Amino acid sequence: MLNLLVIVMHTHLQNKPFTPTPPETDPPTDIFSEEGYTVQTPIKHPSLHTNILEPKFNGIQSDEELDLFAGKHIQPTNHTNSGALLEEEEHGDTFELNIAVTNPEKMGDGMNAFMTYKVSTQTSLPAFRSKTFSVRRRFSDFLGLYEKLLVKQSLMGCIIPPPPQKSVVGMTKVKVGKEDPSSADFVEKRRAALERYLQRVVVHPALLQDPDVQEFLEKEELPRAVNTQALSGSGFLKMINKASDAVNKMTIKMNESDNWFESKLQEVENEEQLLRRLHASFDSLVNHRKELCSSTAMFAKSVAMLGSSEENSALSRALSQLAEVEDKLEQLQQEQAFSDFFIFTELLADYVRLLGAVRGCFEQRVKAWQRWQEAQSTLQKKREAEAKLLWANKPDKLQQAKDDITEWEAKVGQSERDFERISSTLRKEVHRFEVRPETSNLLHKEKCRDFRHHIVKYLESLHRTQHRLVKCWETFLPEAKAIV
Amino acid sequence: MDASNKESALNVNASSIKISDVSQDGDMLTFAITSQNLSGSGGVCVFRTYEDFIWLQQSLFSQEDVPELQGVIFPPLPDKPLPSHSHTQAKVLKQLGFLSLGDKWQIYCKALELYLQQVAAHTLLSKNKELYNFLSSSESPGKQRSKKGIFNRLSQVMEEMRKEGHKDVDEFFQSERDKTTNLSVLFKVATEKFLEVVLTKQKLALACGHFSTSLHLCVNQENADAVAFSKICLKLSDIIETMKRNFEKVSDNDMSTLGLGLELESRYQEAKREMLFRRTCRLVELDNANKNVDRAKPNKKAHMEEVQKATQKEFNLISSVAKQEIVHYHRTRVQVLRDFLIDWCEKQLSTAQESSTLFSQYLEACKGLAV
Repeated sequence: MLNLLVIVMHTHLQNKPFTPTPPETDPPTDIFSEEGYTVQTPIKHPSLHTNILEPKFNGIQSDEELDLFAGKHIQPTNHTNSGALLEEEEHGDTFELNIAVTNPEKMGDGMNAFMTYKVSTQTSLPAFRSKTFSVRRRFSDFLGLYEKLLVKQSLMGCIIPPPPQKSVVGMTKVKVGKEDPSSADFVEKRRAALERYLQRVVVHPALLQDPDVQEFLEKEELPRAVNTQALSGSGFLKMINKASDAVNKMTIKMNESDNWFESKLQEVENEEQLLRRLHASFDSLVNHRKELCSSTAMFAKSVAMLGSSEENSALSRALSQLAEVEDKLEQLQQEQAFSDFFIFTELLADYVRLLGAVRGCFEQRVKAWQRWQEAQSTLQKKREAEAKLLWANKPDKLQQAKDDITEWEAKVGQSERDFERISSTLRKEVHRFEVRPETSNLLHKEKCRDFRHHIVKYLESLHRTQHRLVKCWETFLPEAKAIV
Repeated sequence: MDASNKESALNVNASSIKISDVSQDGDMLTFAITSQNLSGSGGVCVFRTYEDFIWLQQSLFSQEDVPELQGVIFPPLPDKPLPSHSHTQAKVLKQLGFLSLGDKWQIYCKALELYLQQVAAHTLLSKNKELYNFLSSSESPGKQRSKKGIFNRLSQVMEEMRKEGHKDVDEFFQSERDKTTNLSVLFKVATEKFLEVVLTKQKLALACGHFSTSLHLCVNQENADAVAFSKICLKLSDIIETMKRNFEKVSDNDMSTLGLGLELESRYQEAKREMLFRRTCRLVELDNANKNVDRAKPNKKAHMEEVQKATQKEFNLISSVAKQEIVHYHRTRVQVLRDFLIDWCEKQLSTAQESSTLFSQYLEACKGLAV
């Protein structure tokens, strides 16, 4: 069984949205399964498979560790047969690690409640103590991991995947214990986002080797991460934007010797702009829908009052019915708004964040260049100071000056090496994102697949809403006709 | 609101009155009104402005020699149609409500049309010669008179409030007054809330439009991957366009049926309240006349008694007309609301069915979309 696990991880294909559907409509068999990816288990369709596993994920039952991963490793075989195999051989590093995030569990109660998730790892890498293990982590742990990775010198230039978004509204519903489908939906989507986050992290060769990542996966108890507010969602983007503002304000403009960086950055920025605009459009759609919910609710109330004051009994009954219909409509709008939000806005926001992370790396490189320039100019000043001292004939201070020069010569050397290193790391990172088929072209193929899948989900929800609307009107019509 | 009132001196077939067209010149609207007489022959078309309507309304009010008129619930004339420019839009919306919405003043015209039909169908009001002139004379009717007649009472707000609370001698009317006060507020509120709903749906349609546009901006033919993504964006754009059209249709349905219905009902409730108030004022007069008789000095007593008798007679006349009006109103308003509700429901049902079909077609198409 373990041999089957020695498989290249396909981060984004494994990111098959595990969207629960309301009981009355089952999802059609996953449309991507015919695109040449087969699952290495007897059951062919990933989505069917995960549906079968679904009951296990909801309870606190024991689960066979191996089954957690059954739907999660996929190997390109029929894609383009020769092409895929060739590419596999090209890059030597096959990952022998699978990750699953499952079993959300609520701990505590009231406003101090929080969700924990089971993070299970299956690996044959020697760096880990055992082959299969799992730990429980909460959301702030994931943010804490990101924070640790972000500040590491050794990871400068690496595109560190951004964490999922904090959501006050979603979490409050869960904390308050509202047992409605939308909070179950929220927990599920968060679980999927956390899984996608971790999968992106571990598919990165440098990150996989990082002790903090390994500790995150393995260590039984992690110290509570603090100050994670700044890192999630809009906080994250604010941070990135602040950094790029700082860069733009620096007086020494970077003298770009390599056009590749400039054009790539431009590409990334354009892409980000596009997605941001889409996200803003969708956001405004969601907000208007929420507005519609509340105004519908108010209308329903006013009609109910009319109904109770109305003398004519049939009219009164019809008006009361109308109030109920409007209530139902409000509910429908709520659900639709929720699915608008989660199906698309989250997806778009996720991409914008990812591109922001890429942009952040480019900024890091520019900062490194500036540090190098500054070191050089400081060195120059030290040399001038030494020359002045020689001229002024102050031998006592001379030794200090010479020491300074030596120190700064070393710093110049170091910062130059840093810059070179970041540049080459960044190049490799972008190349990795664009070329390797198993991570897919982040900027294109994954986006296409994700979008297509989510469009279908969205259409389904739109269709469902209209269908329910029809039912509402059909119920009301006889009531209206009954008025005499 | 009977369709054909054979006692009308006019021979106009009330239900045949239509506003067939409206034209706008700057801020001035001109309405084309067509009508036929009862025998079905001789259709006539005239052109009228809003000022002409006001003239008509005033003519109806100011028939001094017909005291029964004070017991009549006058069909409410819609407020002046102000074309909305961007800076006046909020004001127009507040004043006209649903009547200001819709394409080319459609809803407003419908309200005007209903007004004329109601006037022409009313037993007392249709006897007014001015109505005939209004509907058939090719000349434009006279200029507005100075505001005479019972309109004057509107300026005395404080006194109105005091009189409003005056206890009634008749249980039927007391309860009608209380009910109307309550119900007219409720209808007004419901209309306002519904207007909010409809306006939000229009905003949603607009937002969809913007979204669709920004999706078009994503189209990029640079390389194979960009082309694939562009196709997806265009597909989503089509879906959002459909959503937009759906919202537009739904809010159109809302406006032209239930919106109009609620608007009319709340105005009619207002008109009923005004009539009841007029009667209450008469009642106050009557009570004063009674007091005067009691307090009168012997030489004035006879005069006071005459005044008292005349006032009593007028009051009784008004009350009996009012009672008839109220009974008639109760019957017809239910019919009218019923028709609007059914119309609304049927239209929304058909729109929802259309959209449902469209979306399922899209679903089928999407599943075949190659990346």
